[in-house]
Amino acid sequence: MTIDQVQREIIEEFTLFDDWMDKYNHLIDLSKTLPEIDSKYKTEDNLIKGCQSKVWLHSEYSDGKVYFYADSDAIITKGIIAILIRVMSGRRPEELVNADLFFIDEIGLRENLSPTRANGLAAMVKQMKMYALAYQTKEQKKSK
Amino acid sequence: MSFDVKKIREDFPILQREIYNKPLVYFDNAATTQKPRQVIEAMEHVYSRINSNIHRGVHFLSDRCTEEFERSREMVAGFINAAHSHEVIFTAGTTASINLAAFSFGETFVGEGDEIIVSAMEHHSNLVPWQMLCGRKKAKLKIIPLNEKGELLVEEFEKLISARTKLVTLSHVSNAIGTRHPVEKVIELAHKKDIPVLIDGAQSIQHEVIDVQKMDADFFVFSGHKVYGPTGIGVFYGKEKWLEKMMPYQGGGEMISRVTLEKTSYNRLPFKFEAGTPNYVGAIGLAAALQYLRETGMENIIAYERELTDYGVSKLSEIDNLRLVGTPRERTSVLSFLIDDIHPYDAGMVIDKMGVAVRTGNHCAEPLMDFFKIRGTIRASVVFYNTKKEIDILCDAIEKVKQMFY
Repeated sequence: MTIDQVQREIIEEFTLFDDWMDKYNHLIDLSKTLPEIDSKYKTEDNLIKGCQSKVWLHSEYSDGKVYFYADSDAIITKGIIAILIRVMSGRRPEELVNADLFFIDEIGLRENLSPTRANGLAAMVKQMKMYALAYQTKEQKKSK
Repeated sequence: MSFDVKKIREDFPILQREIYNKPLVYFDNAATTQKPRQVIEAMEHVYSRINSNIHRGVHFLSDRCTEEFERSREMVAGFINAAHSHEVIFTAGTTASINLAAFSFGETFVGEGDEIIVSAMEHHSNLVPWQMLCGRKKAKLKIIPLNEKGELLVEEFEKLISARTKLVTLSHVSNAIGTRHPVEKVIELAHKKDIPVLIDGAQSIQHEVIDVQKMDADFFVFSGHKVYGPTGIGVFYGKEKWLEKMMPYQGGGEMISRVTLEKTSYNRLPFKFEAGTPNYVGAIGLAAALQYLRETGMENIIAYERELTDYGVSKLSEIDNLRLVGTPRERTSVLSFLIDDIHPYDAGMVIDKMGVAVRTGNHCAEPLMDFFKIRGTIRASVVFYNTKKEIDILCDAIEKVKQMFY
């Protein structure tokens, strides 16, 4: 599936929820599905600076694809991370660099991504794209 | 005079609105307070009737505006009982006032090896400017420690005073946990050694009667927006004897007496410290806020807020697995707490959806959070337009948080 297809799938899933409580409960459920990340990746370097909840993001590159591993100390943030990873992980760098994450607005997570919410999420999307760009640049150098 | 909270609430337009189809419950007062229509109207009056740059103008509007601006200064001076209105300097807020102090006092009186004393529970605004000063001057910052309740250890403070101590700077009330510090005692001890004291009144000006002469503070600072006034206006009060000696902070118009290309002589107080066009609209709005408090009666406000704070402490204490962070004997307005091991951010997200505005995080007091070994708290801060019913709504919201995260 393309990034856009996955996004549309997620939007579809979220239409099932009428109110914020269902939505939050869903995010809490999703937080439990997020695989534990190795504690060695919970480093200061991998920490995305946010005022309130901490987010650690680690990336790996293999067979031309970028894989993301992330965690947070706050549960709702963790649920949002689970969605982001579903959309972003295991993709070619060029897909990620050009990705338009329209699902964030559609499922009503914009408020969670605004800088004022300070949960490091806007920074997380940016960081994911930065990793992708770095891997892409490395590939291009190799092929020259 | 009697105190009618229902009537008070009618004066605050924003309190009439709903959030997520629920009546707004505003408990983020320590961050900023809401404004009565009297303040909004005072500012509208300036812009729609008398707006003109103040001082030096020879025309009618400039005269009128100057007059109202200077009357606002007198209003502030009266409200904190300053000996002279020229001891009241208008700034952009508490942070600007403390930066002014750190620069002007620091450049004039602090040298290499000198010492400044602060507490371990300051807002970053009353810590970072002093760290910067100490960095510039190779001076030393000494820290007053606290106990597990979140109270200052005054006897330890006494031991920190040395022949090199140049200034003590301390918050009146902790923004993060609500401890009301024994500033009178600290000032008395410091003055025995002729050391001046700066009191950060950002969290006290709206909750108690401030008398800078009785308190004998050398400097007292606060923000307009935390005392029902507009944002972008604040006060730096200093005793004349210090202000006369301190060098100006910023150069520019208004603060000068005579300028040649080589040299400038400075204007008299208070203008020496007010470079550029001051926020006269903000100052006039602030005066309207103080007038509103005066008419409501500070003694009524204090009694009501005490009752509300005590009610909040007792209701929150009844909740299972809720822990109040900071349990000082003297508490002002602030209720800081944690619900079991639920992240304050998670809790805040749910409480918000119940129409209740609280603050979560470290409250710009990271060293204090480090002391308690926590990542932050949930903070509700009450003022005189809040009600017991609203505290009950907060308690319901907390129950909802527990339901969702357990």
